[in-house]
Amino acid sequence: MSTSDSGLRALIKLASRRDRIVLPVWIYALLATVGSTAYSLKKLYPAQSDRDKLATSIGTNPSLRALYGPLYDTHTLGALTAWRTLGFGGLLIGIMVVLLITRHTRAEEESGRLELLGSGAVGRNAPLTAALSIAVGACFGIGLLAAVVTVVLGQGVVGALAFGACLFAVGAAFAGTQAVAVQLTETGRAANGIGALVLGVAYLLRTVGDAAGNSGGAGWVAWLSPFGWIERVHPWAGNRWWVVGVTLAAGVLAAAVGYRVQNARDLGSGLLPQRPGPASAGPGLRGVFGLGRRLQQPTLLGWMAGIFVFGIVMGSIAKGIDQLLNDNQQVEKIIGRYGGVRGLTDSYLATAVSFLGMAAAFYAVQAVLRLRGEETSGRAEPVLSGSAGRLAWASSHLVFPAVGSALVMAAGGVGVGVGAGAVLGDFRGWVGRMVKAGLVTTPALWIIAAAAVALFGLVPKWTSGAYGVFGVMVFIAYLGPLINAGQWFLDLTPYTHIPKVPGGVFHWAPLVWMTAVSVVLTAAGLLGFRRRDVASA
Amino acid sequence: MTTAISASGLVKTFGRTRALDGLDLSVQEGEVLGFLGPNGAGKSTTIRVLLGLIRADAGTATLLGGDPWRDRVALHKRLAYVPGDVTLWRNLSGGEVIDLLGGLHGGVDAARRADLLERFELDPTKKGGQYSKGNRQKVALIAALASDVELLVFDEPTSGLDPLMEDVFRQCVADERERGRTILLSSHILSEVEALCDRVNIIRAGKTVETGTLSELRHLTRTTVEAELAGAPTGLADLPGVHDAKVGAATFTGQVDTDHLDGLLKALTAIGVKTLVSRPPTLEELFLRHYEPEGAQR
Repeated sequence: MSTSDSGLRALIKLASRRDRIVLPVWIYALLATVGSTAYSLKKLYPAQSDRDKLATSIGTNPSLRALYGPLYDTHTLGALTAWRTLGFGGLLIGIMVVLLITRHTRAEEESGRLELLGSGAVGRNAPLTAALSIAVGACFGIGLLAAVVTVVLGQGVVGALAFGACLFAVGAAFAGTQAVAVQLTETGRAANGIGALVLGVAYLLRTVGDAAGNSGGAGWVAWLSPFGWIERVHPWAGNRWWVVGVTLAAGVLAAAVGYRVQNARDLGSGLLPQRPGPASAGPGLRGVFGLGRRLQQPTLLGWMAGIFVFGIVMGSIAKGIDQLLNDNQQVEKIIGRYGGVRGLTDSYLATAVSFLGMAAAFYAVQAVLRLRGEETSGRAEPVLSGSAGRLAWASSHLVFPAVGSALVMAAGGVGVGVGAGAVLGDFRGWVGRMVKAGLVTTPALWIIAAAAVALFGLVPKWTSGAYGVFGVMVFIAYLGPLINAGQWFLDLTPYTHIPKVPGGVFHWAPLVWMTAVSVVLTAAGLLGFRRRDVASA
Repeated sequence: MTTAISASGLVKTFGRTRALDGLDLSVQEGEVLGFLGPNGAGKSTTIRVLLGLIRADAGTATLLGGDPWRDRVALHKRLAYVPGDVTLWRNLSGGEVIDLLGGLHGGVDAARRADLLERFELDPTKKGGQYSKGNRQKVALIAALASDVELLVFDEPTSGLDPLMEDVFRQCVADERERGRTILLSSHILSEVEALCDRVNIIRAGKTVETGTLSELRHLTRTTVEAELAGAPTGLADLPGVHDAKVGAATFTGQVDTDHLDGLLKALTAIGVKTLVSRPPTLEELFLRHYEPEGAQR
């Protein structure tokens, strides 16, 4: 091991230098989530009686458990904060480590830079070890700082440490699984895809298991997911450290598998086999639009399938939400702020579609940023030095975030409709209503994607800032209503302006102006792209 | 003969780096122009300006009678380009990329495509991720050579090719010249340029330092001569055009201006030659001579 890890220190230095801006932003975002959630829960549920009501509704309502996880204790602000942040925060940390591990291993290997380093005094395992060190180090830092934040807010130290340990452990677990994922494919993009699939499945298992609850049935399913594990550590209420141990052990085990696979394969190759392709291009690959379709279509289909499955799960827990919520005005108010106020089933389902819309915005941004990826990798150059104009080339990709966003949302709507129809009856009616809800959400995705186009065309070096725009928009939309933020704050995100369907009053006006803003931003980006230099590889 | 490419006074800066600093270039229709320069001299930047991928800060450029920036889409139908570092899409086969890129450059000639695949010994069913650097280069070369275009632009096209494939490439370029196509060949391999080009344009730090036919340039270069002799090499060092002479008891090593080679050889044979090694000027030597500080030459 020691020989294969030589050069490790140099690699860690290099990787931390490359991440010196990205990582602090992630850490800050996570801590801000924890801090602002704790602060708002304190204001929202000042008295124990409020908290008891909340506990009752969560305990008896599978839909809310599916969204936020089981509420295990209400006697401390810490426990409330842990309940509310561990799911979302864990997911954020998961995304962070997946991107981080891929960035420093498979993406480097794909670009050939690792070969350059590999011929120097760098051991075979050093890049993976460096990536894991930084990922685990960052998670440790997040855990520690989160513990400090809760202690500062007056919570017990031991509970705070258990809470921090949850965040640390879930990050370590997904760092481990991603160490395996990067061995399987030849491209960083595909490795990130596998990582996203792992995160999605883990989150889905948690959702299903939490919805089923402890009363038997499918509740055990949550025990298959790291997200489920950390929810069951119960900081400030028992501090079940052994569950933290389970989570960490899973990470170590997965990382060990990753090392084994790495030592069994060649540099540059993946484990999944490559089949030969056709000797000549079929009719589908003529011209720049054929190429765009070929590159973008698999991602779109994957997202449609994923959002569809999530939709089914979200829809199928819609039963019985009305009668259970009536005694809790606070939660009703919150759900109402997400989804409108008429009929809590409608509200819940509108909220579900809105959540799917937040997730799907990631697809839209990703599809736009493919443009920049093609440009900086040098793959765009032979195409742009062909008879494809800049606009045609850009359009061949942008068709996907434009039309694909609607397709993904329609697929999500069908999923929610199928799930809801199955438990509520009126199958056709629900599918129709939920598809409409999905389509109505699409302009919110367009605005975020169009901001990405504008960045790409006008300030290309900052193109990946589009993920930041996405993060801020979703942060406001997801946590804004929970933390009782002012209306001006909520108005900053397009999701706030989407008509609440089903249940709310439908207005065309916001959809029209959001589409108009998207068109203007896209046009500005495209004009900028026509006038600017194409980056060299 | 009309001009296929003409550029004068091109300037391009990236931040603080002045990549092009008043570069001049002209390529006549039907000729093969060698575009020579060391790494970082601005060859690729010039080509990217000519392809309309980037816009020059100053200077004028005309490509096939059009403006390379404004008329780029129309012009690109009449040319094909091979970058020095080809990156391919991982999930597209080589054959698919050839058809795709060829289609974007005026269309692929099926017979020529099949012939080129055979000559370059390329398996078109492999996916982009599985090709070695040389094979990726072949994909781009076949796409360009099989396209029906007037102008071919090659940016260090043989990097990564083995010597056999370099030879195939040379034959292909010779064939294209026969067909009357115009070729701009950027390279830092002198033997390649010598074998293929009618004229050369040598650049340094973003400026053209020398331009002309190869024979015009060759008189500026020196040949290295090493000889074992039958007698003492007296007087050889003082011959016109001989430089850096090292004279032993019966050996001579030195450099001679190529247009004085004949005189040195006559003097050597007069003494009696046992062994003789003569090496043509390498690109390094050519560059070194051109890149010596002004006034230090001779």
